[in-house]
Amino acid sequence: MHFAFDEHHLEFRAQLRALADKQCTPADLRASWDSELGWSPERYRALADMGVLGVTVPAEHGGLGLGFVDLVLLLEEAGRGGLPEPLLDTVAVGVPLLASLGGTPGEELAARWLPDVATGGAVLGPAMPGMPVRVVAGSGLLFFMAGGCLRVAEASEVDGVLRRSIDGAKRLWEPAVAADTGAVVAGGEEGRALWSAACDRGAWGASALLVGVADRLVSMAAEYARERTQFGKAIGSFQAVKHHLANALIRLEFARPLVYAAAWALDEGEPDASRRVSMAKSSASDAASLAASVALQVHGAIGYTWEHDLHLWMKRAWSLGAAWGDPGWHRARLLGTVDW
Amino acid sequence: MDLRFGDEQERFRREARSWLESNVPSPKLPSLDTPEGFEAHRAWERTMFEARWSVVSWPERYGGRGLGLLEWLVFEEEYYRVQAPTRVGQNGIFLLAPTLFEFGTDEQKDRYLPPMASGEEIWCQGWSEPDAGSDLAAIRSRAERGGGDWVLSGQKTWCSRGAFADWLFGLFRTDPEAERHRGLTYFLVPLDAPGVTVRPIAQLDGETGFAEVFFEDVVVPDAQVLGEVHEGWGVAMATAGSERGLSLRSPARYTEAAGRLESLYHQRAGDHPARAARLGDAVARCLVDAEAYRLHTYWTATKVLAGGQVGAEASMNKVFWSETDLAIQRTALELLGADAELLDEEDRPGAWLDGYLFALAGPIYAGTNEIQRNVVAERVLGLPRP
Repeated sequence: MHFAFDEHHLEFRAQLRALADKQCTPADLRASWDSELGWSPERYRALADMGVLGVTVPAEHGGLGLGFVDLVLLLEEAGRGGLPEPLLDTVAVGVPLLASLGGTPGEELAARWLPDVATGGAVLGPAMPGMPVRVVAGSGLLFFMAGGCLRVAEASEVDGVLRRSIDGAKRLWEPAVAADTGAVVAGGEEGRALWSAACDRGAWGASALLVGVADRLVSMAAEYARERTQFGKAIGSFQAVKHHLANALIRLEFARPLVYAAAWALDEGEPDASRRVSMAKSSASDAASLAASVALQVHGAIGYTWEHDLHLWMKRAWSLGAAWGDPGWHRARLLGTVDW
Repeated sequence: MDLRFGDEQERFRREARSWLESNVPSPKLPSLDTPEGFEAHRAWERTMFEARWSVVSWPERYGGRGLGLLEWLVFEEEYYRVQAPTRVGQNGIFLLAPTLFEFGTDEQKDRYLPPMASGEEIWCQGWSEPDAGSDLAAIRSRAERGGGDWVLSGQKTWCSRGAFADWLFGLFRTDPEAERHRGLTYFLVPLDAPGVTVRPIAQLDGETGFAEVFFEDVVVPDAQVLGEVHEGWGVAMATAGSERGLSLRSPARYTEAAGRLESLYHQRAGDHPARAARLGDAVARCLVDAEAYRLHTYWTATKVLAGGQVGAEASMNKVFWSETDLAIQRTALELLGADAELLDEEDRPGAWLDGYLFALAGPIYAGTNEIQRNVVAERVLGLPRP
């Protein structure tokens, strides 16, 4: 039993934090919101250069060949830093799915796409039934279930309907997929198992991002409470404000270990990995949602404006909380009432 | 990162499980807040001590096995798994002992630890006073020099297990002129000393789980001062840290209760589908939170084993475990519907009601959750004091 990260995990996180602080300021994030893509190809390449995009890509395809314990602090940091790039879709879901496909077509797809992913030249999009997918623009590969099979298609070959997200960095799209769209990569039980594993990774990745988002929201609110004065005192000296913030911090600190343990369980292929993922997603979604409410209330009217940066993170909390199974869905899954 | 226990730890777990399964009293012992129940629980402590299970993480010379924090957590998981009796000696072994190990002299450790481990001497705590609850530094009970000893006077209250305990540890004011957090001293006092009067207090469940203790010129020698004279606040805070942090409420307690809650949900879901549908979310929340507390504890234990400290984060623990406990018990009562009001008869379903009454105290004792939230906000988030 050793429940801690290694020094190199913390160093990698520190590098990503430095990149986010420099290249993803709130002004940069607003610029991404206003851009056509919603995220920045330059920043995406910088993430590739740092090795973030290749963390889960097997070494033979040009990546680092590491696991989710190695990825989790990076996703958390991406949430804290507000990075709008499609890390979750690509690094946490698309790559492990592509890398786990067996047989000749699977290996061919992996050989063709994974090296490009590691260098920032391609993004991967898993499309969950009933959940809008992020637009996979340009060079992208789309995964989906159709006709009882796990299928794959190049994004440029699939039509879809654009949808707007509360998170201004997300370009959502509902792909119009039919039972004959693209090519089958796995059918029957195997296809469903691959798909279910992919959904677990999506829910887990969202949890990791959410923990980082919650961290940022609590920090912003605590900083504001230390600085804003009313009645001649910092508002953070009032017990009502203190208790709001303490509640948000407590929910966050007890969500973290669930997310870390789920990363370990996924890496190890533990039999209870799916259960751990649902616990992580339930807890991280709630922690981020509470952090958003508390941060808004502590900021007061200024937090309700478009001008203040708070909403950039609040909206991320709401968007990620709803994606990949909302917290109530994951709790129902823990009782065996629903599943992917 | 590795969340598996090692081979040694698994071997230890099997040994603990096997011993507990053959030795846990059946039928269950009477309530420990009755005279006969207290003595039955004391006898159980003795049984554990004789097989060296009562304090596995203590050094062997004091009756332990010299094992680590992780083994203690494993033992606790096994202990709760078989629903073994409440530890009547918990104030001593979990709260005073860590303080004795940190501040006690060798003579004090030799004198107090072995009978604590065997249940021969059961301890209660003496913190609160009628006018010093959340504002603990307002305590007025005094200790003055007299004839080369200390002479104690005043009143302590809400002393858990105080009705039947043998000894009390607590704070007394030794320098009334000093700033209120200074001039306090930590004393160890036998409750059969001349001048001590114990008045049991009936708790919410009608039993005398705590007491108030009066001191009238109680003579206590220097050997019964723990830590330095006038430095009692710091010594007491170390004990309070244990209470809120790792040692008082091991996670096994909540994972075990959450597991029973899940079983209750599945049992009742068939007969009461509408109620189950309404409460499923709350049940699952309890499962998540119990596991979160367990993992958080292993996270903290790993940190402590690497030389780290449990600081103000202990206050987060206390809020989390007390509110998780309450949520588990309350959800169970809601699942029971009309049976929820039934007092314990033959074990079920009243055991949940007992658990609920016990859990209601959680947000109050060991420093109210409001005080803990202040500590979190001020010491972890850096918000200004009022």
